Amino acid sequence: MTPRSRPLTLALPLVTLAVAALLPFVLSNFRLFQFTQVFIYAIALLGLNILTGYNGQISLGHGAFYALGAYTSGIMMDRWNAPFLTTLPVAGAVCLGAGFLFGIPALRLEGLYLALATFSLALAVPQILKYFEHWTGGSQGLVLSKPEAPFRLTLSPDQWLYFVALATLVLSMILAWNLLRGRTGRALIAIRDHHIAAEAMGVNSALYKSLAFGVSAGFTGVAGGLSAGAIAFVAPDAFNVFLSVTFLVGIVIGGLASIAGVVWGALFIQFVPNWAQDISKAAPWAIYGVFLIVFMYTMPRGIAGTIRTVWARRRVNVRSSPAKGGPP
Amino acid sequence: MRFRTVARLLAVALPLALVSAAVAADTPGVTATEIKIGNTNPYSGPASAYGTIGKAIGAYFKKVNDEGGINGRKVNYISYDDAYSPPKAVEMVRKLVEQDQVAALFQTLGTPTNSAIHKYVNQQKVPHLFVATGATKWNDPQHFPWTMGFQPNYQTEGRIYAQYILKNLPDAKIGILYQNDDYGKDYRKGLHDGLGEAAKKLIVMEQTYEVTDPTIDSQIVNLKNSGANVFFNVTIPKFAVQAIKKSHDIGWKPTHFLNNVSSSLGTVLKPAGLDASKGLITALYQKEITDPQWKNDKGYLDWVAFMKKYYPEGALDDQSNAYGYLAAQTLVQVLKQCGNDLSRENIMKQAANLKNFELALLLPGMKVNTSPTDFAPIEQEQLAKFDGERWMLFGELYDASKK
Repeated sequence: MTPRSRPLTLALPLVTLAVAALLPFVLSNFRLFQFTQVFIYAIALLGLNILTGYNGQISLGHGAFYALGAYTSGIMMDRWNAPFLTTLPVAGAVCLGAGFLFGIPALRLEGLYLALATFSLALAVPQILKYFEHWTGGSQGLVLSKPEAPFRLTLSPDQWLYFVALATLVLSMILAWNLLRGRTGRALIAIRDHHIAAEAMGVNSALYKSLAFGVSAGFTGVAGGLSAGAIAFVAPDAFNVFLSVTFLVGIVIGGLASIAGVVWGALFIQFVPNWAQDISKAAPWAIYGVFLIVFMYTMPRGIAGTIRTVWARRRVNVRSSPAKGGPP
Repeated sequence: MRFRTVARLLAVALPLALVSAAVAADTPGVTATEIKIGNTNPYSGPASAYGTIGKAIGAYFKKVNDEGGINGRKVNYISYDDAYSPPKAVEMVRKLVEQDQVAALFQTLGTPTNSAIHKYVNQQKVPHLFVATGATKWNDPQHFPWTMGFQPNYQTEGRIYAQYILKNLPDAKIGILYQNDDYGKDYRKGLHDGLGEAAKKLIVMEQTYEVTDPTIDSQIVNLKNSGANVFFNVTIPKFAVQAIKKSHDIGWKPTHFLNNVSSSLGTVLKPAGLDASKGLITALYQKEITDPQWKNDKGYLDWVAFMKKYYPEGALDDQSNAYGYLAAQTLVQVLKQCGNDLSRENIMKQAANLKNFELALLLPGMKVNTSPTDFAPIEQEQLAKFDGERWMLFGELYDASKK
């Protein structure tokens, strides 16, 4: 990294964060709710991206972990009146455990076979949730109260949830960045690129793969917990197979193996279906399909990948003609 | 010259602005020329077959607007896809209320989706009228004064069969088959409540199935072997066809009560076999549009004319299209009663003030009634027996509000 670009790479996220922190005092509550959803999706996508983008394991079942997180939070708030914030780490921990355990048998499966195994998870979980009716409210679901801001903060519930989601997203991104930039990240990527070579170099493939599954599910579970608070209702119908597919769309559009890409992906899965509906009431999913194809065709490496390429090309140009952009 | 033009413009514009501001302040979604009505429907996703209800409603409002609107106002009907997903329903309803500023929500479809928005709309004090679900909880004016149901609920229907059994079948041995979810359990509860003390004695067996099961043949065999002579069949169309066929094939001839959900001639009785269906008893509130007895009925013919002109792509054998038409007519009546006061309070007040309102696609003699303590508009049903060709109505109209 050149000395010149360091302040810029630091400044850009900080400016974005500052803008994001100011939005609640400008936007309507409805828009805030939509952006809260974006942040929540971004956390879930971050989880999936660690697994699929960095470690190369395809999951079509992350909706199941999202559901598990949502129900963990929901049941804690409904049954024990637990404060909303305390339910989030629990939701993350429960999903981390569940993901790790699921990761062990998943080790024997690769590629499409793993995709199918995780797909079965997405299919089964909503029904299993109905079975434990005493806890989950069956197909009626659980109606929750919207979390209010604590400590007599004068924030509306929508503003409060927005800040909680934003803070959780930033925290998750820092955590993921720390995890992925060092040894662990290199090991995960090595396994993705050539697992035999990685093992030959002494990487414990089995451990890292199940660990990736656990951490990935943990992030997604926290996102699920947040969604329980934001929607104030959990029911099996909210977590159908389509949700899992949507997550996969999100990370591919946003950019595989990119931390910043999850925000782009989340913006896409939140807003593009709505735009598609505004364009055509008769065939919104056909329009959505067109959007997908256009994005994949023009940005095959996802939005984040394309930005990175454009940025790199610009820097090369700047360097080769110092008279234009260099310091005097 | 210029000053005068500006002054003149101001003189016109200011009072107008003030008036419209005053109107907007207490009557969101209403202007001198239009009234905004919001709706969500599953146009995609697992329940998209019901999406035709939302389209039939839109077509009916188009007809109303073509004929001059309601008290001079056109209905601006905004309907979004919620894909039957509760989080999506919350987002779309918040968009309708906070961004589009609709005057009222109408016919939002589905039990889970409406459950997700129930608290929110009542906090926002937005009329949430004639929700499209058969669950029992929408009639609760004391706790949810802004939400109102529409069709007879499943428990009411269960109680109607119970009353018939107590009166006419003293030696009944009842076998029940129900779907293992809220829908099935609501019917079962209605029957149990209606039978009261006698339930323990009369019900000899209860069987359930999951909506994902491939067949229910073994449940039917079990019910036959239990010695039941009355069969309470709480199944959706696919399984109702199987149940009617199977019990016919194994020679089980109980008094067979079939829930209203599966009373369609076109999608249930014909596929099951008209001969095997002979003798079935159900409770109806709408005119079954595939039943030949209504083919010269004025209400039916008007509906067909409407469908052909305003919703030609809609199916004429899909009862959902008749249902949407019924619901839209009911809302139009409420808005007519509101006159010029289209505040949310008055819309709710008039919705709770329907008196002996008649709809041409309801059974003859049925009336829609609501009051501040009764948020269940359609509460009457009539039993009907299938004679091999059509549903023959018999007995009196049952009225759940009087029991």
